[in-house]
Amino acid sequence: MSVKHTVRLTVNQKPYEKLVEARTTLADFLRNELELTGTHLGCEHGVCGACTVLLNGDAVRSCLLLAVQANGAEISTVEGLAQGEELHPLQKAFQDQHALQCGFCTPGFLMTAVAFLKSTPKPTDAEAREAISGNICRCTGYQPIVQAILQAAREGAVEQKRNFSAG
Amino acid sequence: MKPAPFEYFSPDEIDDALELLSRHGEDGKILAGGQSLMPLMNLRLARPRVIVDINRLAALDYISPGAGGELTIGALTRQRSLEQSTVVKDRNPLLAATMPLIGHFQIRNRGTIGGSLAHADPAAELPAVSLALDVEFVVKSAVGERRIPAREFFLGYMTTAIEPTELLTEIRVPGWRPGSRWAIEEVARRRGDFAIVGVVVLLQLSGAGLCEKARLALFGVGDHPVRISRGEEILIGNRPESNIFKEVAKAVAEELDPTSDVHASQEYRKEVGAFLTRKALQTAMARTGEAASQ
Amino acid sequence: MAQTYIGAPIKRREDIRFVTGRGTYTDDIKLPRMLHAAILRSPRAHARIRSIDTAKAEALPGVVWVFTLRDIGEAAVPVPMRMYKIAGLERYLQPLLAQNKVRYMGEPIAVAIAESRYLAEDALDAVEVQYEDLPEVLEVAAALRDDVLVHEEAGTNLAAVHEIKIGDAAGAFAQADYTRREMFRVHRHTGNPMETRGLVADFDPGKRELTVYGMTKLLHYNRQVIAAFLKLPEHNLHFIENDIGGGFGIRGELYPEDFLIPFASVRLGRPVKWIEDRREHLMAANHSREVSCEIEIAARRDGTLLALRAKIYGNMGAYIRTHGGLVPCSTAALLPGPYRIRHYECKIHCVVTNKTGMGTYRAPGRYESCFFRERLLDMVAADLNLDPVELRRKNLIQPEEIPYEIGITRPGANPTVLDSANFPSALDRGLREFGYEELKTFQGRLMNGRYHGIGVAYFVKNTGGLEPYEGARVALGDGPTVAVYLSINVLGQGHETAMAQICGDSLGVPMEWISVFHGNTDLVPFGWGTFASRGTVMCGNAVHLAALQLKQKLLTIAGERLSRDPAELELREGAVYQKDSQTPALDLKDLVSHARESIRQTPGQPALEETAYFTSNQLTHSYGVHLAHVAVEPETGRVEILKYLVVEDVGRCINPLLVHGQAVGAAVQGIGGTLLEELVYGENGQLLTTTFRDYPLPSSTDVPPIESLVLEEAPSPLNPLGVKGAGEGGIVGTGAVLANAVSHALSSLGVEVKELPLSLDRVRALIRSRP
Repeated sequence: MSVKHTVRLTVNQKPYEKLVEARTTLADFLRNELELTGTHLGCEHGVCGACTVLLNGDAVRSCLLLAVQANGAEISTVEGLAQGEELHPLQKAFQDQHALQCGFCTPGFLMTAVAFLKSTPKPTDAEAREAISGNICRCTGYQPIVQAILQAAREGAVEQKRNFSAG
Repeated sequence: MKPAPFEYFSPDEIDDALELLSRHGEDGKILAGGQSLMPLMNLRLARPRVIVDINRLAALDYISPGAGGELTIGALTRQRSLEQSTVVKDRNPLLAATMPLIGHFQIRNRGTIGGSLAHADPAAELPAVSLALDVEFVVKSAVGERRIPAREFFLGYMTTAIEPTELLTEIRVPGWRPGSRWAIEEVARRRGDFAIVGVVVLLQLSGAGLCEKARLALFGVGDHPVRISRGEEILIGNRPESNIFKEVAKAVAEELDPTSDVHASQEYRKEVGAFLTRKALQTAMARTGEAASQ
Repeated sequence: MAQTYIGAPIKRREDIRFVTGRGTYTDDIKLPRMLHAAILRSPRAHARIRSIDTAKAEALPGVVWVFTLRDIGEAAVPVPMRMYKIAGLERYLQPLLAQNKVRYMGEPIAVAIAESRYLAEDALDAVEVQYEDLPEVLEVAAALRDDVLVHEEAGTNLAAVHEIKIGDAAGAFAQADYTRREMFRVHRHTGNPMETRGLVADFDPGKRELTVYGMTKLLHYNRQVIAAFLKLPEHNLHFIENDIGGGFGIRGELYPEDFLIPFASVRLGRPVKWIEDRREHLMAANHSREVSCEIEIAARRDGTLLALRAKIYGNMGAYIRTHGGLVPCSTAALLPGPYRIRHYECKIHCVVTNKTGMGTYRAPGRYESCFFRERLLDMVAADLNLDPVELRRKNLIQPEEIPYEIGITRPGANPTVLDSANFPSALDRGLREFGYEELKTFQGRLMNGRYHGIGVAYFVKNTGGLEPYEGARVALGDGPTVAVYLSINVLGQGHETAMAQICGDSLGVPMEWISVFHGNTDLVPFGWGTFASRGTVMCGNAVHLAALQLKQKLLTIAGERLSRDPAELELREGAVYQKDSQTPALDLKDLVSHARESIRQTPGQPALEETAYFTSNQLTHSYGVHLAHVAVEPETGRVEILKYLVVEDVGRCINPLLVHGQAVGAAVQGIGGTLLEELVYGENGQLLTTTFRDYPLPSSTDVPPIESLVLEEAPSPLNPLGVKGAGEGGIVGTGAVLANAVSHALSSLGVEVKELPLSLDRVRALIRSRP
């Protein structure tokens, strides 16, 4: 069953067109076909959140989407956050607060936080904690991640014009 | 952990979807939000031969308030849309309160109301809420449409009354009676997890404060959500207060026949089911009976 | 040595590539002509294999090869033990693939190699295996009856026994005022790093060189074993770790896949990638912690502890893996903890069952023994009507008794000596910081429907010369720049920053000049690895020594160039100064060009580099206290942690940002392991927890903010930097302190914790069992 489907989409505002098998997940498509390996796979069953990307502006698990389903969509991934060498305020805050150790879960947390701050620009500590409860980190104990999100919010992460505001 | 191969269709029209379902019958599987089906496919615990992806059926994504206070909700409406809908908040506080309990916001961005109900995970919130709300399910096939009351919808472990050739298109939620008392309580291992045990309560009171109508639905306690009729009967005609709650909780403990699994034992579910029943009834009665606007 | 970097909270330089998605984890590696592997695993716990038919699978499009043990032939050695090789264990090693029998659910049987992972998994579906089921044995007590033998040829499930005997426990028990015996048990759980295991093996048939990406933790040792297996010269193998998504003890040990994937690449002459999926990880990567203990304590009426006797049982799973008997033996090694207990006897039993093999998980054995001992001490305190803190204080080894020799507690090792410590001070500072005295008023009280409890647990954690050396090479280059090459690898801790801090101070150059390279067997020819919190203790000191040697060399050359006695010169802030002068006498750029050019006239060594090894066969001991305040909802069994403090004396703190990060992260990991996680086996030996839905890891809303107090009161005398390791103190006491806090909370019900986890169901069951 090697019928291939055409997928046309934009990732970080760059258009792509590829032929893929229907069963190819969006995560595998980003990683293997587009070689955007910043999106990671930690469980492949929708629990860990490492593969979180934005689909038309909404945070979603890319392991639970087929690439064909993203046909026509605008996708944002961690690779689109920084502008050149200038870090996004969340990226900077993650470093400032030591909010990552091994770094594997970090892209998923960043994309979750980007979506969260868009809808909740001035979160409380509890709101920030709640927002990341669908992402698993094994290294940091979460506290510095919460702090980083609060720092980015203070520094106005959402006011910046960024690529991921689609949708 | 990659899905087995399948044939893929993503119709733009409902009729095309129905035609595909009638053509592929048992081989076909509907893909809605994918938050339950995709994990099963990645694990190869589900190996559908044909996927009918309904995400392009924009006609099934709506929340319509009716004149009588009822809500009709398209099956493809995302859980996140329901969570953020002021119509839902105004018309049905129970449904509104249920949405944040489902998974995490990334899950609700994709997960659909119809998908959750049709998947019928026994530990999921929406199936039990649909029982308590007496919703009606509208299902369509190439040969026509039928309506299934919630009570006849959940048949067994992840099994509903929907035939393989049918598509759940709409959920019809009856009008909210002002002054209704309600609560949803659950115990899950972590925030956003499926419940180990959960209880939904919906009560309607007479002017004299007696219970006229009661719905008591539990989830996580068997292979499908259940209404505890004996508990409902105890409530009806009585003033809902502590001694009655105790009796209802006792009835729940007696009626439940839950199973043990890795999350909790049968005993745990019985005890906590009874505890949550009391807690939910107390929570419900403690509400001032906030009115849903007509 | 001017100190500018060590001790400063310097932000991690490695973060930039991780926050921008430019890290390179194993699955990010993509090589030309690369194939993909998937592994067929036994769905049965215990069965004979009647037949394996791979023909249909091999006929599928895109499938290159499906192989079984037969295809490996004579070369098919079992996975060897690396440590704790107690006599008897060698009979239970794991074959690379099961051939006649499977002994746990998840055991590898065949390997499919295909053009994509999707196709490789299709191939697995098409392999036909016929099994004949055998009865399974899962628990230690049943296994010891030997009715069902996991390995028939060994004749018993009791794989090995080891005894510790210090002093005269029997004599002490005979004379004691008070004794108590208890059974405790820790449940099976494991590390679950966010990145699963994975390998890319790339064999170059022309050069007969094999490069393997994704090997971690023990690159040199692993290379030696795999080279012998493949019959290739050791140095023709290049083991490279890349960026690694967490270790926690589970990753980087040799598993069958570490043989199978290189083997496939050599056979096919093409790169082969294998990425473990989460289900495989939960089934097949090392499980840990399942240790039970029958423990007996003797004391005077006034609470003076006299003797400890214990029988420890490790549920080793179906095969003895690389760690040998480490987990139960490490449980025994520090069972007496920081207390003056002169008489100690322990008998350790390694028992095989039809579960996944046991290996290390962060603070292996220490988490377990801390729970056993500290729980028991609270019981003793209650029996003797003493405050739990006073009982501990009374028995803590005092600073003037340090170094304190416990005796020989590890098989084949030196006596255990507590090298430096002020145990009472860490306890007092912890109690003060936590506000213990005030919180104690809540002890056991029912408030707003929840029982409150305050717990204390003291821990000691050893590290250092568990393997005897690490090396570092420091080189000065043009620019000027400094390269630091480590013999160890990095699993996410932040060594690129911490080692640069050490080198910056020891050499006397700005950190910005320094690049740190690691995780590649070609960089430093000998080494062991990063485990057991020993990275900074062993390799940090190697960096320090190499930097000092290089500094000496540079000053000698500078002395020649400046016609000065090198003793009159010093190197600081990246330049050579005459002592007491504020004007640089020579900058290092000049020195580099001088060294490179002068060799044209005068023969000599051009290399401005030094290699040093730090060797040690002794262990340093970090120590500290965990304190927790919990509230337990009796109807649901839910334990909420209201306040949590970790105190650890790490000897010397290189970077407080990283040390606090380790403590907080480890505590959360331990809390998850104590409250949520358990690897559960069901009917027919089926592992029921093969997804994150069934094996819940702690998320942000399950844990409170963790407070961490890092002390530097007792630098280790065993290494020049005085460091003690900081990676595990945060997890060691989690089980113990929560068990104690919950027991205090429920004391009015007459129940107390003797088994972990403290899951909803277990706590509820405990409450239900009240007399």
